[in-house]
Amino acid sequence: MVTLTLEHLSAHYGRRQILSEITTPTFAGGQIVSLLGPNAAGKSTLFRRILGLLKGGGEVRIEGATSERPVAYMPQETGSSAVLTVYESVLLARMQGRSLKVQPEDLREVDRALEDLGIETLSKRDIGDLSGGQRQLVSAAQALVQAPEILLLDEPTSALDLHRQISLLSILRRLAREREMLVIASLHDIGHALRFTDQAMVLENGQLVACGTTEQVVTPELLRQVFQVDARIEPCSMGRPQLIVEAAV
Amino acid sequence: MSTETTLSTASPDAKEGGFYRSLVIRRQLILAALTLALGLSLCFDLALGPARYGLGQVITALLTPDAVSEPVRVILWEIRMPVALMALVVGASLSIAGAQMQTILSNPLASPFTLGISAGASFGAALALAFGVSLVPAAVDYIIPINAFVMAMLTAGAIHLLSMRRGVTIETIVLLGIAMVFIFNSLMALIQFFASQQAVSAVVFWTMGSLTKATWSKLWIALGVLAVILPLLARHGWALTAMRMGDAKAESLGVNPRALRLEVLVLVSLLAAISVAFVGTIGFIGLVGPHIARMLLGEDQRFFLPGSALCGALILSVGSVLSKIILPGTIIPIGIITSLVGIPFFLFLVLRHKKASW
Repeated sequence: MVTLTLEHLSAHYGRRQILSEITTPTFAGGQIVSLLGPNAAGKSTLFRRILGLLKGGGEVRIEGATSERPVAYMPQETGSSAVLTVYESVLLARMQGRSLKVQPEDLREVDRALEDLGIETLSKRDIGDLSGGQRQLVSAAQALVQAPEILLLDEPTSALDLHRQISLLSILRRLAREREMLVIASLHDIGHALRFTDQAMVLENGQLVACGTTEQVVTPELLRQVFQVDARIEPCSMGRPQLIVEAAV
Repeated sequence: MSTETTLSTASPDAKEGGFYRSLVIRRQLILAALTLALGLSLCFDLALGPARYGLGQVITALLTPDAVSEPVRVILWEIRMPVALMALVVGASLSIAGAQMQTILSNPLASPFTLGISAGASFGAALALAFGVSLVPAAVDYIIPINAFVMAMLTAGAIHLLSMRRGVTIETIVLLGIAMVFIFNSLMALIQFFASQQAVSAVVFWTMGSLTKATWSKLWIALGVLAVILPLLARHGWALTAMRMGDAKAESLGVNPRALRLEVLVLVSLLAAISVAFVGTIGFIGLVGPHIARMLLGEDQRFFLPGSALCGALILSVGSVLSKIILPGTIIPIGIITSLVGIPFFLFLVLRHKKASW
């Protein structure tokens, strides 16, 4: 099973230090981890640093991976004017670094990624014609089609309606379990983090301020300190922890 | 798992791999049709001229040169063939150059002309035409094309080096390109101000673009460059397709957008420079060839790249045919024809096309 450990990780743009000394316990495949933090806390930078797109000190330790490129990353959606169908745009994500000839196995992987996310009916649509939410799901399919062992998702639910937010997160949690895949997703909705993620990392000003099981990490004190909201966490009638926000501090 | 329903309104549909396979077959048919049209246009191009031949005669001369009379063979093979083939090679080269510039710069207006590469070439040619200046020692026949080529590559090199100072972003490259266009336009005006009347008209004629200067040896050079560069671009097919999803997405898929942009910029500059050097300024092809290919085939480079080459070759070949028949007895410079006839056709396509193609 794949594991990921961050040790004294740092990153900088030019002289500006964005991340410093991020050290985490070992995360294992099969888990879903939320990356929380206010705007500009360094969440996207941490993903880019894990992926090796940014240089910096420290070490990203990946062990037990069976493939050459175990990590797939879904960046924040920016849109594209490319004249490609959804199917082609997912296929091209699959084919990077491979030969120009598409094998039947590649088509099967594309079919599977689209089916996993329930967007196979979008296959024929041009990506330019999609809504923001649909584009976000296609972007997730582009990451999934690489058959990753570690999947990094940068705000995967930001453009989705409530139904699709819940659907996507539950699909991700199921896939994590079934495929022993480690999923790390940055989320702004802490209620979703409480409900769907096993562990949580909280970043503030480029530093890791809390890390552990989501229920242990997300406390009224942390919400007040880091997110500047007065909030309570209470069990709902089903016994699940629920976030109730009173006011911004 | 009650929450885990589908994320889109589902309707039962055919197997999706099946949809993709039919898409691929349709595209292969379009490429085949373009190739066929190109062959036909080439035959017409060969048939037309001061002496007109029937298509049957042309095809006989092509397949069995010994079966036709000596004068017919000489006219078709020695005089018209290099010109007609040059139209194909230059059309393909300029269109590929435009296609990849549009791809790496994510800009529908990008072409060898918007980046000042052809303006640089024109300036190099004008130096030779107006003042007999040779930038590098060369045979007399080749002074103009070599000057044009050297200036085009210097322009591309300057854009290349200067853009590296600012992280090779799209905006930097486009702005530098526009600056180049203005610099060379001013320099051209300066040359025309100081040059003699005759030299000025030679410069003007050169900038109109003409295929009639084509010879077998020039054709082989242009074809050789195309044959070397095409596979180098094709090798990056998937990465270039990913570039159209934006730098962030391309990066997430393992592509290095800055390195790829620089490499492709050099390759397409070579293609554009060699074309402009041999036939002068033929605008429009580099802009429109790729747009037509995109409308027909989409932007998967496995189809878009050959499609752009075929569309560019076809436009220039048809332009060559038209340049001979619009005013019988006169060959109008091809650069004028492609713009004059091509642009209304292009506008017709853009306005008729319901789906957004950029």
